[in-house]
Amino acid sequence: MATSDVKLLGAWPSPFALRVHIALNIKSIDYECLEENLLAKSQLLLQSNPVHKKIPVLIHHDKPICESLAIVQYIDEAWSSAPSILPSDPYDRAVARFWAAYIDDKWFPWLNGVANAQGAEAKKAALDQVREGLVVLEEAFGKCSKGKDFFSGDRIGYVDIALGCFLRWVYVAEKRNDVKLLVEDKMPGLAAWANKFCEDGAVKDVMPDKDELLEFANMILEARAKLNASSNN
Amino acid sequence: MAEELKLFRTWSSVFALRIVWALKIKGVEYETIFEDLSNKSPSLLQYNPVHKKVPVLVHNGKPIAESLVILEYIDETWRETPLLPEDPYERAMARFWAKFGDDKVLTSIFWGVFLKEGKEQEEAMVEAMEHLQFLEDELKGKTFFGGERIGFVDLALGWLANMISIFEEVAGLKMVDEDKFPLLAAWMQEFADSPIIKDNWPPRDKLIAKFQALRDAKLAAAASK
Repeated sequence: MATSDVKLLGAWPSPFALRVHIALNIKSIDYECLEENLLAKSQLLLQSNPVHKKIPVLIHHDKPICESLAIVQYIDEAWSSAPSILPSDPYDRAVARFWAAYIDDKWFPWLNGVANAQGAEAKKAALDQVREGLVVLEEAFGKCSKGKDFFSGDRIGYVDIALGCFLRWVYVAEKRNDVKLLVEDKMPGLAAWANKFCEDGAVKDVMPDKDELLEFANMILEARAKLNASSNN
Repeated sequence: MAEELKLFRTWSSVFALRIVWALKIKGVEYETIFEDLSNKSPSLLQYNPVHKKVPVLVHNGKPIAESLVILEYIDETWRETPLLPEDPYERAMARFWAKFGDDKVLTSIFWGVFLKEGKEQEEAMVEAMEHLQFLEDELKGKTFFGGERIGFVDLALGWLANMISIFEEVAGLKMVDEDKFPLLAAWMQEFADSPIIKDNWPPRDKLIAKFQALRDAKLAAAASK
């Protein structure tokens, strides 16, 4: 099957774009990676995602697909030969989709909320909430993995991708706030899972470098703080 | 094997209605359990411990939560009258629009326009109009978002078909102008008139009362800040 007509519009710090990189790697799909400058979006991006104007966008046979989880499911369905990203049983698929929705609708906004929290008390509350979410996900991991390495079992799958893409941003939040979020004695399953996920063949070459991402995060968060300070004067 | 299928819902939840519609479209029998969200049953808390919300579908003792997740489960388990298209690209589009409906349209119309007033409402209205325009464009050449018949996206956006007129009456403003959004207005009518949908909608007077109370409470809370 011709795979040269697969393009990914992404940005290296984006955990959502990372989901798509990983999914494409799982299926061993050759693709062209187009790095977007989010301060100066390309015409291609604006045309391909007029509704949200956001990355990632997968362009396959010149047809754009948007929204990272819709793209991951598309990849699983359009390249249906093994390995599968979603399980085959409808109930297991529903459980996987449930946890991906929890991660996107609840947990990620909490993680994002840490950077936006103003003052020590609000920061602590935001960090506590992220940790509480990880405790819920630890329990989910126990049930889904059934003693194996990943949420999906022996190989990484949908929920692993949905959550694993944020691991470097968890590291950033930990370093910037001098706390531990992925606490090994509270979340032993997730702690072990995190290491295995980052080492996985489909992940390790596309995961952003920890220190580069920290530097990037420091830069944009300090720029944002300056902007807020000057607009409040 | 006797199938056991239960749907936990409330009388008014539009999210639960999606599941009612889907099951009826597929001709699947099920038992309804009405919940009082101010006094949640132990069963609900057991079946949806993470969110403690409706709808929850319990199939042979196994619970599924989150309405769009439940819709996909139903579509994959009972294959007649498919809700999602077969083609992967079309399926991706359907998932995109359903998510747009919940993340953007519902947020701007309900939380933005309906539950606010004054300047905040005006700003939300601008956003809501942009969102509705995207839906209008998506309906070009189609009767339903699903094409010739009701599909996944129609069920996901179906709340618009009846709730818009309720929001308009309670808030006293027009949200979907037939002149601005002719295709959307036509779709709302087609959807609302469809046999299964029109027989499975909560009573209008009860909805008006509920949403009037909700809006009044929200505006009072905002004013007292």
